[in-house]
This record gives sequence, structure tokens and C-alpha cells, in this order.
Amino acid sequence: MSERTAPPTETDAPTPADDDPTETDVTSGATSVVRALENAGVETAFGVQGGAIMPIYDALYHSDIRHVTMAHEQGASHAADAYGVVKGDPGVCLATSGPGATNLVTGIADANMDSDAMLALTGQVPSEMVGSDAFQETDTTGVTAPITKHNYFASSSDTVGDVVGEAFALAAEGRPGPTLVDLPKDVSLGETDREPGEVRAPATCRPKTNPDSHEVEAAARAIERAEKPLLLFGGGVVKGDATDEARAFATEHQIPVVTTMPGIGAMPEDDDLCLSWAGMHGTGYANMAITHTDCLIAVGTRFDDRLTGGIDTFAPEAEVVHIDIDPAEISKNVHADYPVVGDAGRAIEAIDAEMDQTPDAREWREQCLTWKDEYPMDYAAPDDEPLKPQFVVEALDEATPDETIVTSGVGQHQMWAAQYWTFREPRRWVSSHGLGTMGYGLPAAIGARLAADDDETVVCVDGDASFLMTIQELSVAVREDLDITVAILNNEYIGMVRQWQDAFFEGRRMAAGYDWCPQFDKLAEAFGARGWAVDSYEEVPDAIEEALAYDGPSVIDFHVDPAENVYPMVSSGGANGKFALSEDQL
Amino acid sequence: MSNEQGLQGPAPEERPHPDGRRNSQGIRIDPEAEAEHEPRRTVLSAIVEHEPGVLSRVAGLAARRQFNIESLTVGPTTVDGHARITMVVEEPDPGIDQIEKQLAKLKPVISIGELDDDAIRAELVLLKVRGEDPDKVHAVTEMYDGQTLDVGPETITVQLTGDERKIDDAVDAFRRFGIIEIARTGQTALAHGAKKTVPGEEPGTSGEPTTPTTDTQ
Repeated sequence: MSERTAPPTETDAPTPADDDPTETDVTSGATSVVRALENAGVETAFGVQGGAIMPIYDALYHSDIRHVTMAHEQGASHAADAYGVVKGDPGVCLATSGPGATNLVTGIADANMDSDAMLALTGQVPSEMVGSDAFQETDTTGVTAPITKHNYFASSSDTVGDVVGEAFALAAEGRPGPTLVDLPKDVSLGETDREPGEVRAPATCRPKTNPDSHEVEAAARAIERAEKPLLLFGGGVVKGDATDEARAFATEHQIPVVTTMPGIGAMPEDDDLCLSWAGMHGTGYANMAITHTDCLIAVGTRFDDRLTGGIDTFAPEAEVVHIDIDPAEISKNVHADYPVVGDAGRAIEAIDAEMDQTPDAREWREQCLTWKDEYPMDYAAPDDEPLKPQFVVEALDEATPDETIVTSGVGQHQMWAAQYWTFREPRRWVSSHGLGTMGYGLPAAIGARLAADDDETVVCVDGDASFLMTIQELSVAVREDLDITVAILNNEYIGMVRQWQDAFFEGRRMAAGYDWCPQFDKLAEAFGARGWAVDSYEEVPDAIEEALAYDGPSVIDFHVDPAENVYPMVSSGGANGKFALSEDQL
Repeated sequence: MSNEQGLQGPAPEERPHPDGRRNSQGIRIDPEAEAEHEPRRTVLSAIVEHEPGVLSRVAGLAARRQFNIESLTVGPTTVDGHARITMVVEEPDPGIDQIEKQLAKLKPVISIGELDDDAIRAELVLLKVRGEDPDKVHAVTEMYDGQTLDVGPETITVQLTGDERKIDDAVDAFRRFGIIEIARTGQTALAHGAKKTVPGEEPGTSGEPTTPTTDTQ
């Protein structure tokens, strides 16, 4: 494990001159950094101490910013990511140089793939030692360049506050994403009394938010004449805060809606027009609609391969209207017949204003409803089989308020959570989509909890293998007394891998199962949380009720059917409309 | 929750499926035989903030997105703090569009554009050939408007400039002498005539007095 400078003990800690207001004035690069964060409105930051970042932490000592010490820097990055998703402002994470910074990398890559606004601050060895392979030196800007919107190497104490402000603003500007500022220790320690300037994104990164009128007109005409129009709401609708405009458009023109996984919640899933999410494990009806639409109106999506399946068979009959704030997404994976570059909400409103008529799609709507009846989301739960994970998700959904925030790890449990939880609002489904990071769920629940209002419920639906990857963060939830409920759908497998091995590797279950799985309820208790183990349907309601009622971190270890698989399933690279409903259809 | 079968509905082969399809570039095609775009060689020019690491950001982006770069040059412009990057790329058309858009997203990239076919293009090559036949080497060098930079008992080093085709021809011509070493700069280019090479580009004052008098503008 990485070596770090030991944190000062209580008795070593310097006595702050709390009453002296000059203490909080900018005196150094580090205080300038903290001032920039305060100017940006940062209330919470997640991180882990260490040698090169110590000056920043020392400056935080005098700040009102709440710092949450995580057990591992990966946890800090996921917590910051989820905090940003729920809050709508960039999350902030901190780590020291070397191993601290490299431990952040997974979370930064995750934020990058899901276009989540996040600012990472990393300590660095003193400038004069950079390049000398100094203790805990890593080329952090080099390592993170491919997974950030932009990163900065701070070079002066006088300007470091400006740089941090710019990085924060850039993270949220246009298409969101992670940014990073690497802070050499001498820059942080260096004297300056310069107040950081206005928090704003660099001039070269200002997106086009108002769509061109000719693009809007062309898109409007295409939608008007469509007979089978279909809206596809991506994460851009959620992160672009365009949910109101998107819903109004769908409702006014009575156009059916499918979402991507990051787009879950953009449309209430219990709305008749909503066909839930499409893609590899999406609903049969969403995938049928994608397959048969003649006009796909995609908003804020990058057409990930888990959504499209094989590109040759994706929406094969559809003219594509693609609204996105990132021009590089236009025709990257799927050719856009009618691109509209701009802010999602503004573009939708402009198209709506431009439309002279609503497409005549009565038959198409009926067809979509027929598919809903024809391919219902359901699962078999015979009495002689173990507890079904889908049942647990439904029971949790039933027992929690409508606007509950759900985080997840990655794998089968994630798919079941997304399939069987009914989401009605945006920023309630917090998951790792693009990168597929196992272990995301628990630290994300911590971040989400701190971003949410006190009266909101936060549930982490996790898998046994995902939970084990970041289980140490339970110590943080206990220490910070965070009211979160972790529901482990424990099948004692890396279940999605086991499912693929059974389907595509003739059942050779290599490295997918455990010979021995920890007792998570006992582990939870050892951490200082509450724990339950559940084996049967009968125990489910009580355990859920007790865990939700407990005002602190709780873990329910649901021992679910290890043989259960996730369906429907579009095979990798296959046609969306050819989804399998069971293994024998693959 | 049901206690019977689980997911229901017609099997995959029983479902209607449209005939349409897309090509590998995601373009809807009809008929099926429609050809895909062929790779095309073109020059992109970008004005960038001349800051540490900018070249590695550009090169790294091209590498991780599998853009095929033939050559890349970089140098200062007349604006302080700005540099021009000239890239020769070879990609099918949607790919060229992608390179341009992805590069435009890089924070240090101020402006980027693709050059027209009539753009002025040039590169420089240094050639070190065997010195056994100086007269003939000199004659070929003259033929290509080159310069002899270094003559020794064993080697002769010449410099040639011109567009890619001229340089390719010249290199071929020198092969008969035995090329020992070669160094090519890669192409750099400017738009033809008064056209701007990169959208929005304005001349600066860095490196005066190379800029002509400003009152004539």
C-alpha cells in the first residue's frame, strides 16, 4: 500500500486563530485555491490526505467547506461524481500526488464517460523536483489527459486560484465532464495575497447553446411528417436540466419516449408515453420501438454501443434528428440526418415553436402500447426456487418514497435495479454507465446522501462483488452518520460474467464465483453499521422496513437466486429488435 | 411478479424486422450495396495556445481515437502565445469531420479548419547520400531547386523544399546515389490567396517588423 505522511494527531494540531478574520485571507497558493472553491459555491469536498496535498488541506482548516475523508481516493472520486449528479453542480475531490492521484483515475474516467461534472485537485511534488522521479511523483496531467475535459498543471501561486476557478467552471460548461488541477507543493505553499478572479470557463470552450434556425427548421419538418416518431432521451436531458422541456414536447405532440440508461428519469417511467430504457438489457418494447421508428429524435445521447447494438441494424428505418450540445457527437456513431447543435432545452423549445403541426402518430402510439403488453417486464418466481433479485428491487421501490435516489454498482444487480425500479424524476438514478465501474455504488451513495435533502431517501442497490470492491467506504458512512441503505443482491457470483460464461463460454465459470463469500450483515455490524441477512421472501418486507427506519448506514444482504439471469438481452453487436427473452433465444 | 414463466412475447425470429440497414459509419443505406466512404488525404490547420503539452494533447487525441495522422508540424505565429499546428490526415469523410470536431474541443485549440485543395503546401527534407559521385548529386539537387548543405569525402547532405509530390519525386531521384539518412519535416500549409487558413484568424504583432506597416490595412 502507498506510503503517506501521517496525519497530525489531535495534540499536534496547531491552534487556529479562529477569531482572527485575517486568517482566512489569501496568503498562499493553497488559500487562494480554497477561496476559489468558496467563490464557486463549493460546500462539500471528498478526499484523502497525503504529503503533497497537505497545504490545501491546511487551508481547508479555516474554510466552511465540509470535507469528507474517504477511505480510498477511488471512493472520493465516485462520491464527488455522484454528488455532482444529484446536486447539479460539479463535485470536488482531492488526493495527494502519486498513488493518491492514480487512485482517483477510475473515478475520473467514470465521470468522463458519463459526462459528469467533477473537479479533481491533486497534490504534486514541488516544481523543481518534477521529472526527477521524486517520492510519490506521477505525471498526473499526463495520466489524466485522455480522461478529462482538460487538466491543468498549476505553475504559480498568484494564478493558481484563477486556474482552479476556471477548471471548476469548465467542468460544468456545455457538455459536462471532469477537470483536474495538479498542484505542486511549492505552488500551494508559495506566498500570494492575490484574490482569485471570476469563476468562468476558458474562452476557447464556450459551447454553442442556441441552435441554428436552419437546423431547427429541418428537424421540425422531419418530425412533422413522421408516421412513427420516437423520442430518445439521453443523459444530456438530465444533465442539461432539460427535463421540463423534453416532457412538455413529448406530451404536447404525443410522441412515445425511450431513454438511455443515463437518461432514466428524464420521462416518468409510469407515463403511458414512456417505454423505459432501450439497449442491451432494456425493455422489449423500447427496443421494438427503436427498431421500427421512422424518425428517431435523439436528445443528449452519444449512441453508446450498449444502446445501439450492431450499428447496421440500429433504427434501420429511421431518419435521425440528433440534438446535442457537443458537435463532435453528431454523426460520430450514428449518422444524423438532421443535426441540431445546442442546449437540449433550448433546441427542443425552438423545434416545438417551429412545428406547424403534430405528427399523425395515433397508430404508432397504439403499436407501442401493444408492444408493452406483448413484452411485459416480468420474472418467474416459483415457490421452489430461491429469492429472486427482481422481487427485492420491486419491494425496495414499493417501500421507499417516489423520489428516492438509487445508486448501484455494475453488473446484474444494476440491470435489475434499472429494470424493476420505476423512476419518475431525473437525478434519482445514479450509476456507472459508460465505464461500467464495479464498486461505484457505495461511495456514490455517500456522495448522493450529502447532496440530497435530509428528507430524501438514498438506497444503494449493490452486487456482492461490486460491494466488496469499495466496502471500506462503509467506515465513512458510519463516521459521518449517513442515512443510506445498501441492498446487496448477493448471488455469490460476479453474476454478469457468470451469465456470459453460461451463454457464450459453454458454462466454464472461470473466476466468476466465490468459494466463500463474507457475511455482509456481520461485516456491516463490524464497521458500526446495521446489518441484516435475508434468505426468503417472508423476511424481505421486515428487513427493508427496519433498514429504512434506521437513521444511519444499513446493509441488507439479500441471498438471491444464484442462477437468475438478466433478460431481455440484445447480444453484443446484435439487432435491438432481436432481443432474447431467455438463454435459449440467444 | 408472476409465479409462472417470466418474460413473455414472440421469439426473436417471430418478430417483424425492417429491411433497412446502416453501414459501418452509421449512415442509413439503400440499397445495401452502397459503397462506404474511401479514405481521403487532407490538411487540417489549427491555431492553438502555445502552452506546454499542447502537442501531446493533440497527438494523444489522434492516437486514442485511431485517427491516421501522416504528418504534424507546429510553430509560432505572429500572435504572442499562439502556435499553428498543421496536420496531414488520411481518413474517410466522417472521420475527417470527427478529427476536426474532437480537436476543436481541446481547450488549447482556438480555431481549426480544413484547407481547400488549392492551399499552398510545402515541406522540407534533408537527404544524406553517398558522396562518391558529387557532380551527379549536384546536378539532381539543381534539378529540384535544392541546396547542398554539406559535402564530405563520404557523404553529401542536401536540402529540398516543395510540395509532397515534388519531394517524393526528388527522393526517388536521389535513390540511385544511395540514401544514407533522410529527415522530412512533414507538410505545412497556408490557404491560397487572401483566404484565411483558419476561421477567425487575425494577424498579430509578435516578431515585428516582419509584419508590414499597419496603416495600410
